[in-house]
Amino acid sequence: MIKAILIFNNHGKPRLSKFYEHYSEDTEQQIIRETFHLVSKRDENVCNFLEGGMLIGGSENKLIYRHYATLYFVFCVDSSESELGILGLIQVFVETLDKCFENVCELDLIFHVDKVHNILAEMVMGGMVLETNMNEIITQVDAQNKMEKSEAGIAGAPARAVSAVKNMNLPEMPRNINIGDISIKVPNLPSFK
Amino acid sequence: MKEIMVRAIYCEMLGYQASFSYIHAIKLAQQGSVLEKRVGYLAVSLFLNETDEFLLLLVNTVLKDLQSTNLIEVCMALTVVSQMFPKDMIPAILPVVEEKLTHPKEIIRRKAVLALYKFYLIAPNQVQHIHSKFRKALCDKDPGVMTASLHIYLQLIKENPESYKDLTGSMVTILRQVVGGKLPLDFNYHSVPAPWLQIQLLRILAYLGKEDQGTSEMMYDVLEESLRRAEMNHNITYAILFECVKTIYTVHPKSQLLEKAAECIGNFVLSPKINLKYLGLKALTYVVQQDANLALPHQMTIIECLDHSDVIIKRETLELLFRITNAQNVTVIVEKMLEFLRLTCDDYSTIDLVGKVAELTMNSVFSLGGDVMQPDIPNNFLRLLAEGVDNVEDRQLRLFAVDSYVSLLQGVTAKLPQRFLQVISWVLGEYSYLREEESDPGSVMRLLARLLDQRHTSTETRSWVLGAMTKLCSSPVSVALARDVFGCGVRFIPQVDSSLSFLDGYVSEALAAGAAPYKSPHQRQEDLVQEKALSLEPYGLSLPVSLSSCSITDRLTDRRSPTLLSMSSVSQCYFSSTTLKLEGVKRVWGKDGYLAQQQSAGETPTPLVELPNPLLSPQSPPSQTQKPSSGLEPDQEKRQLASSLFVGLGSHNSVCLVRLPSTVWLFIKHCQSANQSHGGAATTTTPQQTSQRTLDHTTSNGNPHVEGTEQRVEAGGPLSLIRGNGMVAVVPPTHTQTDPQTQQDLHPAPALERPRDLPLASHLPAELSGLARSEFTPLCSDQDSSLALSACRVYKEDALVLLVFISNNNDSALHQMVLQLTCKELEVYIFQTGLNNKVPFSFFRNPGWKIPESRQKYQGILQPGFKKNTDLLPLTVSTGDYGKMWLSFSHDLKQNLRLVTTEHQEPLTATLDALKGKLHLHVVDIIGSEGIVACRLLQGPGQGQPCLLHCRVNADSLAVWLRSPVPELPDSLLYHCQKALTET
Repeated sequence: MIKAILIFNNHGKPRLSKFYEHYSEDTEQQIIRETFHLVSKRDENVCNFLEGGMLIGGSENKLIYRHYATLYFVFCVDSSESELGILGLIQVFVETLDKCFENVCELDLIFHVDKVHNILAEMVMGGMVLETNMNEIITQVDAQNKMEKSEAGIAGAPARAVSAVKNMNLPEMPRNINIGDISIKVPNLPSFK
Repeated sequence: MKEIMVRAIYCEMLGYQASFSYIHAIKLAQQGSVLEKRVGYLAVSLFLNETDEFLLLLVNTVLKDLQSTNLIEVCMALTVVSQMFPKDMIPAILPVVEEKLTHPKEIIRRKAVLALYKFYLIAPNQVQHIHSKFRKALCDKDPGVMTASLHIYLQLIKENPESYKDLTGSMVTILRQVVGGKLPLDFNYHSVPAPWLQIQLLRILAYLGKEDQGTSEMMYDVLEESLRRAEMNHNITYAILFECVKTIYTVHPKSQLLEKAAECIGNFVLSPKINLKYLGLKALTYVVQQDANLALPHQMTIIECLDHSDVIIKRETLELLFRITNAQNVTVIVEKMLEFLRLTCDDYSTIDLVGKVAELTMNSVFSLGGDVMQPDIPNNFLRLLAEGVDNVEDRQLRLFAVDSYVSLLQGVTAKLPQRFLQVISWVLGEYSYLREEESDPGSVMRLLARLLDQRHTSTETRSWVLGAMTKLCSSPVSVALARDVFGCGVRFIPQVDSSLSFLDGYVSEALAAGAAPYKSPHQRQEDLVQEKALSLEPYGLSLPVSLSSCSITDRLTDRRSPTLLSMSSVSQCYFSSTTLKLEGVKRVWGKDGYLAQQQSAGETPTPLVELPNPLLSPQSPPSQTQKPSSGLEPDQEKRQLASSLFVGLGSHNSVCLVRLPSTVWLFIKHCQSANQSHGGAATTTTPQQTSQRTLDHTTSNGNPHVEGTEQRVEAGGPLSLIRGNGMVAVVPPTHTQTDPQTQQDLHPAPALERPRDLPLASHLPAELSGLARSEFTPLCSDQDSSLALSACRVYKEDALVLLVFISNNNDSALHQMVLQLTCKELEVYIFQTGLNNKVPFSFFRNPGWKIPESRQKYQGILQPGFKKNTDLLPLTVSTGDYGKMWLSFSHDLKQNLRLVTTEHQEPLTATLDALKGKLHLHVVDIIGSEGIVACRLLQGPGQGQPCLLHCRVNADSLAVWLRSPVPELPDSLLYHCQKALTET
């Protein structure tokens, strides 16, 4: 089961946190800090798995993370999840975000926390992987968005504001997440032999 | 409102309190439009938890939404239900959720299944009745619903595989269909059909087939097919492969599949992708539990992983090693672990865990390895416990140790090895105060007392136990408790004899509740001497002594500063394993030198170059790694490490414990403070240390040897009893006694010349004259030197020859001479020269020998056939060969020696010359401040085995690094070097 899903940027600012087990407010923050501390120390060329984060549980749990440009996507799972499977799931999640937001960037996560949560809810429900099929997820999210639009009204205004902010020139803010291996045409692994 | 709620969510995520908005979130979920409802539900699921009272307000809304016709609303309600729902409210909505299992929309069915799974996790009893509906879900026409139901079955089967065996068939069918690509293309991910589903199914199969041949047989085919199909090179296929391998190793074994799986693991381990390497190690860790031999083909990779830059990989490797630990490789593995622990001492997240791993190993090792284990392992372990400043990790580790040992003692202690008991008692004595607030110290005391009473407990262990009790008493506890101890002591003393009576003193002191006056240092000295007399084993000496002095310090500090206390015990442990007072330097050496070895092991092979590795400074490992080393050697070194790590695993492996030089291995952490506190403790402990030296040495050597032989020359009449010394440097348990009894003429004439002036060298037999030999040592003579005995050693290629010269400087003839040799292992040959007098000469061992005796000189050559011999011959090698040899030897030792200073020579040259003269070493080369020296063993089991020395002048001492293929050789050679230099 998935215990928590955390997204934070290179400076450790949380962008999304979802806990599937209950922790107190303070503990949650501490977990985020701790996780960031652990993950940020790791080089690019080491493996994507970490064991024994102190707070989120003993040796049973492991952290599986991926680093995309400015953001870290961290899944904390217990031993019943497959490492590479979760790694694939992160990829699916990011690809889905990318499709939903059209070139997703950190700002999207800030201004559309609710949307991100909704997408996540379609993939993972109560700590269980619900859907791994990207198209299916997008269909669900779109269906909900459609209704949102029909009911919109006021909701349009902030959306426009957001797009204005997005188009502003903010040199210090990375504008796009450069998702290196997001396309399916990733260089394949050299064949075993 | 919705926007505000989103902001509140954001604030909450950043860690700011937004509890004022909780009620509004609920309101939003209750009243808003669909859109607002969604945000409201989201906020609720993020803000609240199962126990929150606000949730009760939501139950009605959820119920209403579940029954709504709007799909989205139902979905939202199900999501929130699966995220959190108060346990006691489940019955209220259960029927509605159940109903959703038959909903026409698959997304609703799927979510309903997961919601029910959540209910099952929270309250298994309440969903008991709908298990049949789960089966229906499993057979759902939509694969998504089926996938969701697998979550439930995974959990159910994990808990109780027996009752779901009938599902094996269906699971296998599902997997076969999935693997066969029967699912809609939608489910493909990177053109792999539903990988997550496959993983899930494989896991379920693993649970089902575990220890069940029948069930396992059903799945062999499909497993094989999955293995075969999963050949695409994408991460997700590796995930499937990994799962497959795990399943294959979990279910009832089938050799064909096992082979394939092993091959897969091999591919994983060898993969350049670090994630796969990690998984490969994990898989290995998993499979070695079934069959430790599987690790063998991957030895080299594992060794490489040990030096991997990624801490996680390293840890996984250690975990793997931990699994293959057996009595034979335990030393090496524990050392590796401790080393890792030392390197990561800042890493808060790992130190605790690794410490426990080490600890666990210690426990299992102590109970497994038992008394055959080298004494330095417990020493190292105790040092690990004792050193650290009082930070949290150390405290936890100690607490953990205390707890686990207490629980161990509460069980059956009869089977625990003595050495382990000693460690236990030390730990309890030292650290039970950490537990005092929670547990009654008396209970610990009683456990220890029980230990004392047991018959099988050895004397040595008893002294440890009593030491621990003393320490416990010296901490502020009740007098009654102390009386208990006293009782123990009294009961104990008559059992062992009076030699333990010094403990009486301790106990009575404890009785006075710590307020008693100290013993005078003199008295303490006596105690220690007694203790020494008590212990038979050399090892026993080192720690009980330091232990008792611990308790002295203990009383001095009155328990107020545990830090100082542990420090002083560190320094003592420390000293008990070093042979000389070389703390500061040795520390550096231990660390760097060993590291250097490690790094060179991790080096990528580079072409062979003239310059051999050991010429570089062993104290600067970084430079060493940059400099090229010969291509094959690191590999060989690795191989040696591998053989020591994997010893005892394969049947084809020779069963021998390759011992890494453990003396080298010292704990570095906080050593400086240890040194400081040593200053205080030194006043009381120095005498013990010096007296321990020799004995410690023999311990670390593995076999005791006697320094020098005692040569007793008895002469009836004019010759008096004189003790000769230092003739044969090291003779293992043998004694040579020469008792030449001479009967002289009644009329001795005045001496012609002093025996010392005799040109004895000219009397050397021709075949020995060209060989290296020691100086002639006069052994004894009678008052007027008319009859003298002298000897020298000659180093033959295959033997050490002891020449005994008997000089008769009288004109009168020797009528009879009896040479009595009481050493059984000596072979005796008699050479004689210049005989012109007929004197009967009888040999004790060969009574048949009757030799006419010389009037002037007689010499016999005794050729000892030593079983064990550490005497040395010079080894002439070139610098290049030296370099190659150096790398191939695994047993090394580092130590600092005194430099010999003379006026006209460089200190290094002078020292090496001194060593050369005394020990017959060959000085290969001297380059700058470094010199390399070689020698080989003359005889014995390791006959002809070389030992290489690498010396480097370091400030005012000589840092020596010894290496040899024979474990004991560096130790004993070092000892002789020290001795030789001290004599100079």
